[in-house]
Amino acid sequence: MFASLTRLQRYYLYYTGAFLAFIGALAVLEQHGMPPRWIGYAFLFFTITMYALIGIVCRTSDVSEYYVAGRRVPAFFNGMATGADWMSAASFIGLAGTLYLSGFQGLAYVIGWTGGFVLVALLLAPYLRRFGQYTIPDFLGARYGGNAIRLVAVAAAILASFVYVVAQIYGVGVITSRFVSLQFEIGVFVGLAGILVCSFLGGMRAVTWTQVAQYLILIVAYITPVAILSYNQTGNPVPQLVYGQVLQQVTALEDKLFQNPAELEVRQLFHERADLYAQKIMQLPQSLNFERENLSKQINQLKASDAQMKDIVALERQYRDLPHDPDQARLRWESAMFSAVERSKPPIHHGEAFPGETVEEQDIMRLNFLALIFCLTIGTAALPHVLTRYYTTPTVREARESVFWSLLFILLLYITAPAYAVFAKYEVLTHLAEIPITKLPGWVAAWAKIGLVSIEDINVDGILQLAELSLNPDVIVLATPEIAGMPYVVSGLVAAGGLAAALSTADGLLLTITTSLSHDVYYRIFRPDASTHFRLVISKSLLLVVAILAATVAAQKPGTILSMVSWAFSIAGSAFFPALVLGIFWEKATRAGALAGMVIGILLSIYYIIRVEFDSIPMLGISGFGMEPWFHIQSTSSGVFGVIGGFITIILVSLVTKPDPRAGSFLKTIRFRNGAES
Amino acid sequence: MRDADIHWQKTRRLTFILLLFWIFVTFVLTWFSRSINAVVILGFPLGFYMAAQGALVIYLLIIWWYNRQMKKLDAEYGVEDE
Repeated sequence: MFASLTRLQRYYLYYTGAFLAFIGALAVLEQHGMPPRWIGYAFLFFTITMYALIGIVCRTSDVSEYYVAGRRVPAFFNGMATGADWMSAASFIGLAGTLYLSGFQGLAYVIGWTGGFVLVALLLAPYLRRFGQYTIPDFLGARYGGNAIRLVAVAAAILASFVYVVAQIYGVGVITSRFVSLQFEIGVFVGLAGILVCSFLGGMRAVTWTQVAQYLILIVAYITPVAILSYNQTGNPVPQLVYGQVLQQVTALEDKLFQNPAELEVRQLFHERADLYAQKIMQLPQSLNFERENLSKQINQLKASDAQMKDIVALERQYRDLPHDPDQARLRWESAMFSAVERSKPPIHHGEAFPGETVEEQDIMRLNFLALIFCLTIGTAALPHVLTRYYTTPTVREARESVFWSLLFILLLYITAPAYAVFAKYEVLTHLAEIPITKLPGWVAAWAKIGLVSIEDINVDGILQLAELSLNPDVIVLATPEIAGMPYVVSGLVAAGGLAAALSTADGLLLTITTSLSHDVYYRIFRPDASTHFRLVISKSLLLVVAILAATVAAQKPGTILSMVSWAFSIAGSAFFPALVLGIFWEKATRAGALAGMVIGILLSIYYIIRVEFDSIPMLGISGFGMEPWFHIQSTSSGVFGVIGGFITIILVSLVTKPDPRAGSFLKTIRFRNGAES
Repeated sequence: MRDADIHWQKTRRLTFILLLFWIFVTFVLTWFSRSINAVVILGFPLGFYMAAQGALVIYLLIIWWYNRQMKKLDAEYGVEDE
């Protein structure tokens, strides 16, 4: 059987073998007392060296190799590379946590991020491959003609990809700072180096082959801990099959716990706290003055009596930490109020679809669930860094097959994520809830130290109620090895997997941005006569500039970056999907129509996000433009309006403008080609 | 009719049918998640199962079927695979 494998398959088999041997060696070394910190370093060093080696071996100075890997990537490997390209730090670390926190509602991500590939397979990939150029703006430019549409496409591609790449580098910073205790900013620049070693010398060719290597690491790292956890809890090492039974146990535990009097009491206490903050916010600025006077009075009283010094110091610190002015007070108290409100809400059952107190609330949940699926599927089928991967296969048939492989490899992770969430919930409900706080398992304290787990004993009974525990979504994947009592080498493996997920996505995105700038803007619009050598020089320099720019932004730790990523889907979906699909399937779509549709789609999406999400932009000095959402749709799903608006605009404008006669012959070449007719 | 047109017509029909099926699985079935959750398979409520695993496997099958049919169609009409 070994002899029947291709040379590439054999290489990657050796590589996987070497990686597993490396993990084994580290496990043995850990037994002999290798400190965790060194294990972290070993993983970081080993994986990045591997990627760098592949990057150097694949260096190239050929345009077709640099942009589309020479179109020699077999379907199977293109599927794997797309898997790594597609699955980001958010999928690897965040998704299981989101599923833990929101139960069924989180499954919108699982459906959306996989369902989009059906659209890619049926509507886009084969046609893009038969067209056979380099970028998505290339395709739109060829179909509709003109530079305007190319520029709009480039702008949309950069808008969607840049935020996304910043989030990946941010993810690298988080992972390295947690597992190898590098400083966050240094971690970011380690990540930058990891990205550049893959993409700088070899472009798409090197990125493709490192992505395959990264996929192998990330999938091993994702499945191993939960398989062990599953074996520990159920005796079956295939978590995807058995977590249904665990889910039943979870539901039974939830039924019992949710009605527990202590739980009710804690939620009531949080409710009262939220009310208190609401009152204080209403009575600003007097409430702040009152608070200040009250504290200083207490301090003076304590000083007058012979109280303990440490009590006085504590109060004085409280006094110093009071908000400086009413604006700051409002911000702080509002966030305190919202977190108290969150905790005071009755918890939801993990498996319950569209939970809500009233039928109307349930309908809103359902509508938002479907809207989110809609945006994520369309966004998946429109993100340029994924679509360009289908330019790299040798034939149209292999492009179609590689979508199948992509989805299969992606599915392995997405089918496992809900299992993670259910196992973690089972653990929390059995070993954390209603347990004396001093007797909690060790991992809770370890992660509380860096602020990913927090516990507040609001009813002072010394026992942990569910509402008193709050978990950061990232902790689910990161802490699972410790929850299952596995050695540190497994934690190191998880870190390496998260790193692989972030780096591979960042590579693909970075390449998309620089290709858009160097190929579409510089070569196609400004200097069509540029030599191939010079085009590559431009590409490589831009790559460097964009990468450093992204790392610099990431090093600022922008807090809103993660929510901005979900907007990228809506923006990409509204910009590209209608223009691409109508361009392929409808002869009468015109340049004016496509241009109008893309612009209106993008603007509508952004308009909706801004007005629903924000009320003021202090930098521009405008405020008070917040609005009520349309049909209760959240801003993460703004693409619903953008995509539909885009389709309608393209159709209407195309009907009143004259179709380009060249569109027909273009469509013939991408739909059908045989020796006799073309 | 020319081969190219027949080939395109058949491609379009296949695409359309599979797309309808995709919409049914993704949106229509999901719409009723709350009601079908009453059914339990492998320990999972059905609505949860479909969203977490069932739909994903169906997506894979849709793509597999599309590829299979297109391969046949391309062979029948002699489409060149550069």
